[in-house]
Amino acid sequence: MTDPPWSLAASALAVIEAHGRTSYPEECCGFLVAPAAEVSRGVRRIREAIPTPNRATADRHRRYVIDPLELARVERAIAPSALLVGIYHSHPDHPAVPSEFDRERAWPWYTYLVLSVPQTGAPTFGAFEWDPTTHQFHPRRLRIEGGAPSDPPGGREDGEDNR
Amino acid sequence: MMATGTVRVEIPTPLRGWVDGQAAIEVEGSTVGTVLEAVAARYPALRPHLFGPTGALRGFVSIYLNQEDIRYREREATPVRPGDVISIVPAIAGGAGEPATVGLSREEMQRYSRHLLLPEVGLRGQRKLKEARVLLVGAGGLGSPTATYLAAAGVGRIGLVEFDTVDLSNLQRQILYTTEDLGRPKLEVAAERLRALNPEVTVEPHPGPLTSANALDLLKGYDVVVDGTDNFPTRYLVNDAAVLTGIPNVYGSIYRFEGQVTVFGGRAGPCYRCLYPEPPPPNLVPSCAEAGVLGVLPGVVGLLQAIETLKLLLGVGEPLIGRLLLFDALALRFRELQVRASPDCDLCGPKATQRGLIDYPEFCGVSAPGAPNASEIPSILPAELVGRLRDRDPPLLLDVREPEEWAIARIEGARLIPLGELAERVDELTGAREIVVYCKMGGRSARAVAQLTELGFRGVRHLDGGIDRWSRDVDPSMPRY
Repeated sequence: MTDPPWSLAASALAVIEAHGRTSYPEECCGFLVAPAAEVSRGVRRIREAIPTPNRATADRHRRYVIDPLELARVERAIAPSALLVGIYHSHPDHPAVPSEFDRERAWPWYTYLVLSVPQTGAPTFGAFEWDPTTHQFHPRRLRIEGGAPSDPPGGREDGEDNR
Repeated sequence: MMATGTVRVEIPTPLRGWVDGQAAIEVEGSTVGTVLEAVAARYPALRPHLFGPTGALRGFVSIYLNQEDIRYREREATPVRPGDVISIVPAIAGGAGEPATVGLSREEMQRYSRHLLLPEVGLRGQRKLKEARVLLVGAGGLGSPTATYLAAAGVGRIGLVEFDTVDLSNLQRQILYTTEDLGRPKLEVAAERLRALNPEVTVEPHPGPLTSANALDLLKGYDVVVDGTDNFPTRYLVNDAAVLTGIPNVYGSIYRFEGQVTVFGGRAGPCYRCLYPEPPPPNLVPSCAEAGVLGVLPGVVGLLQAIETLKLLLGVGEPLIGRLLLFDALALRFRELQVRASPDCDLCGPKATQRGLIDYPEFCGVSAPGAPNASEIPSILPAELVGRLRDRDPPLLLDVREPEEWAIARIEGARLIPLGELAERVDELTGAREIVVYCKMGGRSARAVAQLTELGFRGVRHLDGGIDRWSRDVDPSMPRY
């Protein structure tokens, strides 16, 4: 495919993984942020992950809800130099692919990063985009940019289809 | 300071692509509802992301007026004042695990509720339909109703093979198209209509004709093929490709007031070749364009095909395999004939020798689908005929169409002898030194030339492309039909 080379900073991934581990066995969620100037050129380099509280009031081991006011607040706080380009959330003990539940609630344009957090072992992630014409998620490759001290060896070069 | 009544509407990043990339836009209105309506009116493509099919705000869209959730005010009726800020905010939620709705969204549940009530369909069946892939060959008289109902029923992927454009004479029966669509590619219009009817369905357009080169690859991607073709070469091609790829072929055909429907059962047969091992001689069976067809007839036949397709996908009921259903609209009578898988069938029988696709136009004795074998029948072009008719010794011009067609349009000076009466009225032509025969498209006239030549007439030619081409090439005032 001819997708532009989008990327995720290793430091942002480290934040997401830490958030996923500490929230286990509940789901965690947060925002993905990229520089606005690059986004306007069609390049999405996710530099930062901002955790936000899971507002789900039930089934928190398999549900997450983001406070819309919090989303609006973050969007304003990072503007105009950066844009909120996606959402991450974790699937404790479930694969790193969107569920049907995710699909029905998905928004266009956002990059959806799903982090699978097993009870033991390293988390894995998948990145996806929701197509508003087919109502389906499509995998989206994300290159990991920059090293991070917490990097486990190998096995997560990109986010394509962890099934 | 803003002008009176102007309100700022903040657009979240996922929706900015529908408002030319703007982060906020300014519109006028007196309530939150009228403001959002004004936004949707200015950017129509944004509407489905804000409002559901019933016109109410979508459940996953939160609206804030100056940081306050409108659900705690008067919702859409909440009044606004100049300078207010309305924020459209995505309500983000999701999660892992057992899907709450077994694969159907709330909207789909509502859309298919009358199916879900049927124990034979239910949630499980509707899921099957959603995962199903059906290929329709032809999006004309038969394909229009079939595609429409399969899309409405929620068949997940619908492939369409079609290369024609919309013509005025199609609209009497091809209900996917409207007068506004004249001249547009059928495939483009059909995809638009089906997507509008059911956005949950993926329409896969395959432009260009089905050929021996592409048929097997194309059929491989589908669970069922529906034959809505109007010519023998393509009909044999669809049949052979379906048997070779092992998928059922839901067959329908129409002629004037009569229709036929059956299901060919893939590799196990029976197949179209069990029924008709050989095609009829070229031009013996006139097409709809020549013979006419009651506009409603393909509706009935196409919908019987749609029913059989759904039954196959759901695995319910008794499929029409091994039975040929005959429908006579004038008598309004259905009859049924048995179709057995022929033990001698060269394609699906136990001693089958045909392992691949062949050259179908050649097999059917035509150079192109529906065209007569031009090389053997002497013909004359409309432009040349115009000149010959002005000569001192013009040829005898013979019209072999039916009186109904004659009443619509005719070439001046012609004599009418319908093809069916030609043999017994051939005496009327005695003495003619040169004859030019015409019909509507050139099919019947080609047969008339062959017939007359066999009877000993010399100098017999037919008008290439028939009166239809005549009206295109030399006399645009001539009605086409």
